[in-house]
Amino acid sequence: MTALPVTRDRARRGAALVVAAAALILLILPHVVYPVLALDILAFGLFAVAFDLMFGFAGLLSFGHAAFWGTSAYTTAWLLGHGQSVPVALLGGTLTALVVAVPVGFLSVRSIGIYFSMITLAFAQMLSFLALQWTDVTGGENGLQGLARPGLLGLDFTNSMHRYYFALVVFALGCCAAYRVVRSPFGKTLVAVRDNETRARSVGYSPTRFKLTAFLISAALSGLAGSLFVFGHGVVSLEVVNWRTSGEVVMMTLLGGTGTLFGPVAGAAIVLLLRDVLTTASLPVGVVTGLVFVLAVLFFRRGVVGTLQGFLKARR
Amino acid sequence: MNAQLMLIQVFNGLVNGAFFALLSLGLAVIFGLLRIVNFAHGALYMLGAFVAFALGQAFGLGFWPALLVAPVVVGLLGVALERGLLRRLYGLDPSYNLLLTFGLTLLIQDAIKQVMLTRYAVSSAPYTIPEALVGATNLGFVFFPTYRLFVIGFAVVVCAATWFVIERTRVGAVIRAATENPTVTQAFGIDVGRWVTIVFGFGVALAALAGVLAAPIYSVEPYMGSELIIVTFAVVVIGGMGSILGSVVTGFAVGVLVALGSALYPPIANTLVFVLMALVLLLRPNGLFGLPETK
Repeated sequence: MTALPVTRDRARRGAALVVAAAALILLILPHVVYPVLALDILAFGLFAVAFDLMFGFAGLLSFGHAAFWGTSAYTTAWLLGHGQSVPVALLGGTLTALVVAVPVGFLSVRSIGIYFSMITLAFAQMLSFLALQWTDVTGGENGLQGLARPGLLGLDFTNSMHRYYFALVVFALGCCAAYRVVRSPFGKTLVAVRDNETRARSVGYSPTRFKLTAFLISAALSGLAGSLFVFGHGVVSLEVVNWRTSGEVVMMTLLGGTGTLFGPVAGAAIVLLLRDVLTTASLPVGVVTGLVFVLAVLFFRRGVVGTLQGFLKARR
Repeated sequence: MNAQLMLIQVFNGLVNGAFFALLSLGLAVIFGLLRIVNFAHGALYMLGAFVAFALGQAFGLGFWPALLVAPVVVGLLGVALERGLLRRLYGLDPSYNLLLTFGLTLLIQDAIKQVMLTRYAVSSAPYTIPEALVGATNLGFVFFPTYRLFVIGFAVVVCAATWFVIERTRVGAVIRAATENPTVTQAFGIDVGRWVTIVFGFGVALAALAGVLAAPIYSVEPYMGSELIIVTFAVVVIGGMGSILGSVVTGFAVGVLVALGSALYPPIANTLVFVLMALVLLLRPNGLFGLPETK
């Protein structure tokens, strides 16, 4: 019994160390890789964190999360294109993603397993077709380009460094929100529902309601991530609602470590850096990322952070 | 909309429905025995079309032999995939198999894109209609392309044959038994693992067959299966994962409904199938023919 506080103390110190290291890396990141790529890592990182809430903690594999990322991206772009300020555009995007998630979540969380994956994928594809056809708002095949990002509080958003550090603050807020959700009684119940739905129901919880709430939170955070992506680039295209984007966030989460909450950020960094290298080396991106995905599913299901955690636990 | 136009749309819908039916039949057969959703089904459909095209380029192989050879080749690839990769993930959450086949999809599509660009210097290639099926046939109310009529008829025959084999023959009885209860079937001395491989190979061959049939209508293109497969998923959700017959009937029915709907209101063409899916989910969460799913 007396050993317990010491172990907990050590664990806490370890966690603090990891957080400090991660913060340091993110602070110097735009000086290591070019700032737009660094911002992409933040946006996709937050997207993957939001996705892990669904996959890692609620046990539901959504194959249509691009719907929320993309809805928010288009809304953010539209708001910026209509002269709104950056915070309004980010918030507007996030809220729209949340609104879209209500019917999609309501119809999909009643299904489990592979059914859930197919339904979310189908709804995302429907939104993708809408984005293609609703050219007045989305620009169709051309997308929306050259979006103004008015400065804020002395920040000049034409400067990519300024954009990165502003996005870093938003990213940190998003991560705090995700952390709070996972550590709350709600988060614990969610894991209980994931592990044994029947038992959770027998002690009086409504699994469907918990899953729907998780779905909405995840969608809103994915929306926030999508709006950061548009904020970073100043353009939006059909790519944001494409099924490949839905698959990419799954891959990032898996590579980083499913159920580790922040591991997926590392996964996002790996995928984006890999893609950057491949594009500059003009190698077939899909072949290599597809291969990495297949190998990760076969041999590396715990991901970078999951493997690391297992390794540290074994040493202790 | 007058009656003639409606009839034309019904036939157009049946052509689309033929592809939905062949693909969702393959998915249903595979799901029945393996409990996995094969995301790569669309990429393997494309591969069927590509193999037909490549064999034509290399050996001058025509449509008719390709209709047999391409599904066999791609089916054997399916056998290799099941033996080499999918088998390693049985016993885990079925989501991992979905993810694995998603990775394979990216790999296959971009590999074929690369091959088409470097070997043939094209991004998409046309495939000629076999001579016997060129032209149009008088249906009494309209001249309809003969090849498309052939596609409808051929798909109906293949689907009916598959249904017959599974529901009415000894081989089908073994497959149904293995679907119902693999452990007990194994105890009766039947090698379930072998049947899993055969069924997966067969489902993949069906996808490739659909690809060869599609090649003369749509041209051969690396991404020809990627959107079709998602629509097929919606068809599968509408029909439910329960029955072979259900997947075929739903495939044709959705094809016709979407064609009629888009004639009435063209902008809805691409989204109608998803609207149908949402409606079915509201009223019957397990699909029209599906049984309640157990995890």
